[in-house]
Amino acid sequence: MVDFSGWMLPVNYGSQIQEHVAVRSNVGAFDVSHMTIIDIGGINAFSFLQKLVANDVAKLAEWQALYGALLNERGGVIDDLIVYRQPAGYRCVVNSSTREKVLAWFAAHQLPDMTIDEQALSMIAVQGPKAFACVGEVLGIDTADLKPFHAMLDRHDNMIGRTGYTGEDGVEVMLPDEEAVVLWRKLVEWGVSPAGLGARDTLRLEAGLNLYGQDLDEDTSPLASNIGWTIAWQPETRDFIGREAIEAERITPKYQLTGLLLEDKGILRHGQTVVTEHGEGLITSGTFSPTMQCSIALARIPAAAAGDCQVDIRGKLKKVRIVKPPFVRNGRIRIDRK
Amino acid sequence: MSDTPSELRYLATHEWARLDEDGSVTVGITDHAQNALGDVVFIELPDLEQDLIAGDEAGVVESVKAASDIFAPVSGTVIAVNDLLDGEPEKVNQDPYVDGWFYKVSPTDVAELEEMLDADGYLEVCESEEH
Repeated sequence: MVDFSGWMLPVNYGSQIQEHVAVRSNVGAFDVSHMTIIDIGGINAFSFLQKLVANDVAKLAEWQALYGALLNERGGVIDDLIVYRQPAGYRCVVNSSTREKVLAWFAAHQLPDMTIDEQALSMIAVQGPKAFACVGEVLGIDTADLKPFHAMLDRHDNMIGRTGYTGEDGVEVMLPDEEAVVLWRKLVEWGVSPAGLGARDTLRLEAGLNLYGQDLDEDTSPLASNIGWTIAWQPETRDFIGREAIEAERITPKYQLTGLLLEDKGILRHGQTVVTEHGEGLITSGTFSPTMQCSIALARIPAAAAGDCQVDIRGKLKKVRIVKPPFVRNGRIRIDRK
Repeated sequence: MSDTPSELRYLATHEWARLDEDGSVTVGITDHAQNALGDVVFIELPDLEQDLIAGDEAGVVESVKAASDIFAPVSGTVIAVNDLLDGEPEKVNQDPYVDGWFYKVSPTDVAELEEMLDADGYLEVCESEEH
């Protein structure tokens, strides 16, 4: 167990690698109740999100979701989040490590005639190729029409989003604490493997998904964090916070956040220096990939760097290859191992 | 409860050492350590014939979670390293005291073993870390 932003969370229930494999090949469940859920309502909810979220919530149909970033005036990332459009407003799921600053940021930009309500809900993520079949049976719901990045309500009006953080298909269920305990037990009974923070980290890294605080931070733009695709530049008239600051970088990016594959022995870790022909960079997240059986990383390196480079592991330069994430998606390795 | 054989000597940094019949000293990490580290995926061992002084960094053990230094419990020259760990690092998790050994030295002074903790002393360290 570790203290994660004030929440006691298990790093692993048993073997972290077995938990990882269970999600890739079968189905696993994560207790992600530490995530912060904030509902935005009222007639100005839309205008508020249009100002604060770099992605464009106007794209959302009812029950649709999008991934995006909250930027500060300097274009740095305050947090990354998922916004779900509900019939009467929006639901934002932000990180737990950023809870207080996001709530303060929201409060500071609150408009008249709108509400900001943090929800005291638990959240369980069920992920893996069998997640859909499992959730349909356990919750007794028909998930056939639930498309990726969409949500629905179950029979108790709990929201189920077809979202996740593993690179596998699956859902995230938001529900009252007492119901979460019941659901967890039913999932385990069904044969779902409980999976901890450790597996959550190796799965998201294989999937090329960023972790706030490592791959994203307040001093780095989304363009240097591999989430440029989440910035909605159109319409030109939408003046979201941070837009002006990152406009120049849009044409001439200095850094890219990309993938590294270690071709020597060892393990790539957060903070190690990357040496390329175009200058130095830094590993933002590194680990051992249980699916690929080698070490992989996300690194912020000069935008022009490509091909082979080196990483300094305890004073020794090791050979790495620059690759485009994701490393693994839907159970399949997406990188050519040579 | 982790396994802590009484015939071994220990460091508070979770290494074990065993004086073998041929006079060499075998070194590894404890059951408590492997359990805390989780799945071990890579081990950097010292070089053959490398001279180590007690307290030196003798290698690194990397689990999926983190990297940890291994310290030399006794001084001496490295006479063997466990090549098995190269392909099967999980041996450290499965069998930390037998198949999961790290390296052997020809010790400079076997009396250094006496300065190490016995099993009870080591268990006390583990217990205090948990509080």
